[in-house]
Amino acid sequence: MHRTGELYGQYKTLEQQKETATLGMWIFLVTEILFFGGLFLTYTINRHQFPTAFGVGGNMLSLPLGFANTVVLIASSFTMAMSVWSAQTSKKKLVPLFLIATLVLGTVFLGVKVVEYKQKFDHHIVPGRNFDVTYCAKNPASVCGLTEKDHEDEIKEVREGVEAEGGEIALNAHAQLYFSLYFGMTGLHALHMIVGAGLLLWLILESRKGRFDANYNTPVENIGLYWHFVDIVWIFLFPLLYLINRHLA
Amino acid sequence: MSATPNSNGGEHKLPSEHYLNATYGIRSWLLTTDHKRIALLYLASVTFFFFVGGIFATLIRIHLLTPAGYLVTPETYNKLFTMHGVAMIFFFLIPSIPAVLGNFLIPIMVGAKDLAFPKINLLSWYIYLVGGSFVLYSFATGGLDTGWTFYTPLSSIYSNSAVTPAVIGIFINGFSSILTGLNFLVTVHTMRAPGMTWFRLPLFVWAHYATSLIMILGTPVIAITLLLAGLERMFHFGFFNPAYGGDPILFQHLFWFYSHPAVYIMILPAMGVISEIIPTFVRKPIFGYSFIAASSIGIAVIGFIVWAHHMFLTGEATYAAIAFSFLSYLVAIPSAVKVFNWTSTLYKGSISWDTPMLYALGFIGLFTIGGLTGLFLACLGLDIHLHDTYFVIAHFHYIMVGGAVMGYVGGLHFWWPKITGRLYPEFLARAAAIILFVGFNLTFFPQFILGGLGMPRRYHNYPPEFQVLNVMSTAGASILAIGYLLPMIYLTWSMRYGKIAGPNPWPATGLEWKTASPPLTENFHETPVVDWEPYDFVNRPDLGLTGAKPRVPGKLSPAHGDD
Repeated sequence: MHRTGELYGQYKTLEQQKETATLGMWIFLVTEILFFGGLFLTYTINRHQFPTAFGVGGNMLSLPLGFANTVVLIASSFTMAMSVWSAQTSKKKLVPLFLIATLVLGTVFLGVKVVEYKQKFDHHIVPGRNFDVTYCAKNPASVCGLTEKDHEDEIKEVREGVEAEGGEIALNAHAQLYFSLYFGMTGLHALHMIVGAGLLLWLILESRKGRFDANYNTPVENIGLYWHFVDIVWIFLFPLLYLINRHLA
Repeated sequence: MSATPNSNGGEHKLPSEHYLNATYGIRSWLLTTDHKRIALLYLASVTFFFFVGGIFATLIRIHLLTPAGYLVTPETYNKLFTMHGVAMIFFFLIPSIPAVLGNFLIPIMVGAKDLAFPKINLLSWYIYLVGGSFVLYSFATGGLDTGWTFYTPLSSIYSNSAVTPAVIGIFINGFSSILTGLNFLVTVHTMRAPGMTWFRLPLFVWAHYATSLIMILGTPVIAITLLLAGLERMFHFGFFNPAYGGDPILFQHLFWFYSHPAVYIMILPAMGVISEIIPTFVRKPIFGYSFIAASSIGIAVIGFIVWAHHMFLTGEATYAAIAFSFLSYLVAIPSAVKVFNWTSTLYKGSISWDTPMLYALGFIGLFTIGGLTGLFLACLGLDIHLHDTYFVIAHFHYIMVGGAVMGYVGGLHFWWPKITGRLYPEFLARAAAIILFVGFNLTFFPQFILGGLGMPRRYHNYPPEFQVLNVMSTAGASILAIGYLLPMIYLTWSMRYGKIAGPNPWPATGLEWKTASPPLTENFHETPVVDWEPYDFVNRPDLGLTGAKPRVPGKLSPAHGDD
């Protein structure tokens, strides 16, 4: 289908084109909800079954990093919303600026995630052959880079976990289930962030040509919808993975 | 070319310009965004997978000729029925009618120039190819033996076959299905021509709307489920592994949450095809239009809340089983609504026995048998006896082959003149339809009896007393094979040598018959305006019908007044 300006041949008007594209994006987001839904269901059932092991696992995540990332992501949703607003009000110069800010914040999030994942490898809590949830508790504090106080908390936590689960083998098995879910859920979320970053990059290049204004801004709006969706997924992931059963010192 | 059918039965001419001769060359096909060309790309690829799956089916039937097993080792037999299921379900049945006929027809039926997202349509074909390549790679490197259901922990831990590439392939292929469903839904919502109200939509479109709902709501769940099973196999993640406290039953729940509705992805579009064929060859508006439309949506909705009837014997609470049994019975209501409305349409109609009609009538009978035997299996007590026997095999082949494939082949014949601009040889086509019907029943009816007698499915050998029925089934399968090869041959032949069809050879009432055969790339010269009700033969002078005179049976050109 040939294209006249921004209007593709299969549509009659720009309004029809926008309505169609937006409906398509909303339906796509519905499929995304079902996609993540399978994971959330698996999480819910297993958390219900093994609350202690999941608690032990949750307490091994870094709350400061998780919290910082939540703030970063909410900020990126704000800048994304601002870029949509800039396009809708024809402030053509502002659109790429806000998009770049969104991309930077998204990249910061992914960077922090890399740091967190690295930590999990160091602490031997990545599912697989070397998984050992008691690794940091059994070794001196310096091996995992923990403070003395954190190390004592961890030892106490693991000891309680072993008691409640009825042995180290059971705790390790069920904690591995928790970390399978942790990596599955955050990994899939991160993958969506990477896709979003690619889309943002394309938007930035296009918006610098001044393509998006009050008359035509469908891509900005729809990629914005996607970005907000990915953000909302994190808003659920953060409390589910980091906050439940968190013991504050 | 004008949209008026030829009313004096004379020779038709192909339009000078249409979607097939608009551009030439391999690039014009591989990079096309025309929904009609993409439909033909799908036609070629699903036919390929149909034959891949068909070869496995042939080997299975030959193997079962003798009680001890005739052809292959038990391990190979496990792989044969697994690969048969994977190829047929994920790469033939699910895309067949939606991606071929739906793709070709939905934009024309709603009066649009193309689907809402033509590039995404092409993308979904490429995704299908990538997914299909992974699965073929799995087949070529030894195949897999988990059954098409991929139950964990067999698929995730114990199986020593090429499960991983197959899981990746099916995961990827799911997105093709999601994107097709998304495209259809949006097209029906936003691309309809002026006057094409919701209740003027052809029932084929309603059926695809319901199918698309299942595609977008169900497919993501199988995608995540297979992804988790794949992660478990590849990286020792523990989602469904009892050693880590994971739950294999959870896998089955998630799997069937998609895979039961997937049965309706296969059968609903076929029901849509039948709803188009019947009024055309009965020359009468379809009986209970709105009930048939609503029953499609009803089947899609109820289809989502019956999944656990696959698991009556694999560990679920008795009360849950009772609830799922009851809900499964409920699906019979909208299904029966359709069957009764089709038969009511036949009443006092002017029935002609053209090939598509033979398929439609065959469909009604076979689907009824398949549907009613489904009720046997939904019954908790009876299911204990019939579970995992050949009764189940016979039941779902009556739905999927007797229903979905009959609908697909019937629909191909019905719209073949529109797709290619040419007619197929009528006598051969009728013969093939009858051969298919006979071959099908001979193949699968004995399996009902075998199942009732207790022959389990998926076994590579059986007690000698079952041999007669198994030989009957294999004999039927060879007739069935001829029935499938015949249309392959004469449809291909007719693409070049068939009689020119003209825009509306039956004649039928849908918008697709008001444009040339084959249609233009843009489908219509001008956006059509719809001012008639669906399936109305009386107030349509453009169809060239006069009075209520019955047609001369077997005559392809429209009937007319005085000759």
